[in-house]
Amino acid sequence: MKTALRLFRHDLGLQLRQGSDLVAPIAFFVLATIFVPLAVGPEPNLLAKLAPGIIWVTALLATLLALDRLFQRDFEDGSLDLLALSPMPLELAVLAKVTAHWATTGLPLIIVAPLLGLMMRLDAGSYAALEISLLLGTPTLSLIGAVGAAVTLGARRGGALLAILVLPLYVPVLIFATSAVGAVAEGLPARPHLLLLASMLVLGIVLAPVVAAAAIRSALE
Amino acid sequence: MATASRFSLHRYANPAQFERLAGAIMPWSTGLAVLLLGSGLYFGLFDSPPDYQQGDSVRIMYVHVPAAIMSEMVYYMMAAAAAAGIIWKHALADVFVKAAAPLGAIFTLICLVAGSLWGRPTWGAYWVWDARLTSELILFFLYLGYIALVDAFDDPQRGLKFGAIWVLVGVVDLPIIKFSVYWWNSLHQTSSLFAKGGPSIATGMLIPLLLMIGGFAFFFVSVVLLRVDSELLARRIQAWRTAAGEG
Amino acid sequence: MSRFTGSGIACRRGHRVVFSGLDFTVETGGALVLVGPNGSGKSSLLRLMAGLLAPFAGKLAWDGLPVADDPGAHRARIAYLGHLDAIKPMLSVRESIGFWADLRDRAAWVQPAMDVLGLADLADLPARFLSAGQRRRLALARVIAMAPPLWLLDEPTVGLDTRSIAALETALAAHRRTGGIVVAATHAPILLPDAGRLDLAEFALPQSALAEAL
Repeated sequence: MKTALRLFRHDLGLQLRQGSDLVAPIAFFVLATIFVPLAVGPEPNLLAKLAPGIIWVTALLATLLALDRLFQRDFEDGSLDLLALSPMPLELAVLAKVTAHWATTGLPLIIVAPLLGLMMRLDAGSYAALEISLLLGTPTLSLIGAVGAAVTLGARRGGALLAILVLPLYVPVLIFATSAVGAVAEGLPARPHLLLLASMLVLGIVLAPVVAAAAIRSALE
Repeated sequence: MATASRFSLHRYANPAQFERLAGAIMPWSTGLAVLLLGSGLYFGLFDSPPDYQQGDSVRIMYVHVPAAIMSEMVYYMMAAAAAAGIIWKHALADVFVKAAAPLGAIFTLICLVAGSLWGRPTWGAYWVWDARLTSELILFFLYLGYIALVDAFDDPQRGLKFGAIWVLVGVVDLPIIKFSVYWWNSLHQTSSLFAKGGPSIATGMLIPLLLMIGGFAFFFVSVVLLRVDSELLARRIQAWRTAAGEG
Repeated sequence: MSRFTGSGIACRRGHRVVFSGLDFTVETGGALVLVGPNGSGKSSLLRLMAGLLAPFAGKLAWDGLPVADDPGAHRARIAYLGHLDAIKPMLSVRESIGFWADLRDRAAWVQPAMDVLGLADLADLPARFLSAGQRRRLALARVIAMAPPLWLLDEPTVGLDTRSIAALETALAAHRRTGGIVVAATHAPILLPDAGRLDLAEFALPQSALAEAL
């Protein structure tokens, strides 16, 4: 457990030091969201209707963008070998790495999202639901993405392949998250949708490290 | 050398047995496929009653429904084979998964096209975000993803292994995806090709439908056996080439 | 007195069986040098010993107990040095060694390890400024800091100058004196006196490709 925390801090420190890498997904998130009013016009009602969906789609794509940072570099420089040989179980190591990755990808998205909500004229009561859906959903995206990243280690054109693999699996998260936010705008409770999101997160935390570790071991053979 | 022959016998026993089995099954399965598809199409297109609501356009169901059923069955079969490959390390399991994937993708595509064509006379549009069609669309991408993944590795064995893992991930997610799409559909109340539970199936419609499902199934059996066979053959050729190169 | 043995080991890479029927024994204080032409499987054997690769056939055992029965215990007793150095460019030398040593609660051994290989002056330099030889020394210092019983080294001397090679020899000798075991694939056999020799060419299959058609 201690070792997992050390790995988490280590990975976090590494990512923060390579600061330039962190900016790209956030910049993408903001830019891509801004494109929508530019493309469809700034009519407030239209934007408000599109806001939850757009913010979530761009958050999802931004997460996808950041995924190759997760294992690829460690695979290429031999650190993944050492990690597989370290005293901590590889599944735990994966969980620690994914958490550190989420802290530098998902967390900034969650912080920036209200700003985008403002620009997209998001319905006033929906902000809480948006933030909670992002809080529950982005880690799930990172976990599913981790499995995809592990399975594409050593593949040609890993980046594009990762997108094709992972996007279909992102559909449930997208649907439950946006329906949660949309429900609030219609005066309905967001809770059932958020519970579904939460159960996906739990499923992800339990299964994703196991599958990703298995794929990593295969990749290291 | 004793060690070398021990390896070669052990390895060849499996594919040789398989090839004999496949050779025995294929003529029957191909014949049945032709028979069932032929009779199913005849009865479906010419001899069965038109639906009182949808008229003749319901006939496309005889293609759409079997394709839909097969598209999902193939994925579950692939998942079962992938699991068998990982648990029991059966050499042919991964080959089956790779062979079946394009067929599953084709069934999904047929289902989508047929569904779209069915939607046009029924609802006036080629695509209405019907829950079933939307989840079939995502299934299509699951197939494409697998096919792309397996081909993305220079080492084919590695591709098969990762592909198997990915199919298992997909099969766990598939029910969740379907559930979420139906959930989404019920929230936004889009139109559906099927009324609650499906169009009322008269017995005159049931028989051609079953014939078509059987025909599709045997078609799959024949083609997948053919594909596994040619994959094994390709490997043997590759092995001989490598050995010849090494002298 | 510990013993690391392999019996009937075969290794498969892709469709080829690279070697088979390989046996070895190495004991406390002992060393094993792996030799053989390129492609004979020296690196694969080391990865197999480390547990990164599963043997196609045969068993590895530590003190008679199969390694496969307790992979966690095996990981705890080995340090592996591969072709890649696993060095992050933005970390300093001290941090690069320190993280991995820390995972095994051996943070106190980082400084002595750096001293042995003459890295003490470079301790706070970011790794991206290191030369190839210095990077290799860093990776070796990492092994020395972790200091488990079994060292698996793949071409440890690549890029090292004579002084560093001498320092490595001293470290290897010290490790063996305190009961450690060294298995190394190296073209510099002077590194390990009284070492056993394993020539992988002897275990290659003549018709290796034919034997593995599936």
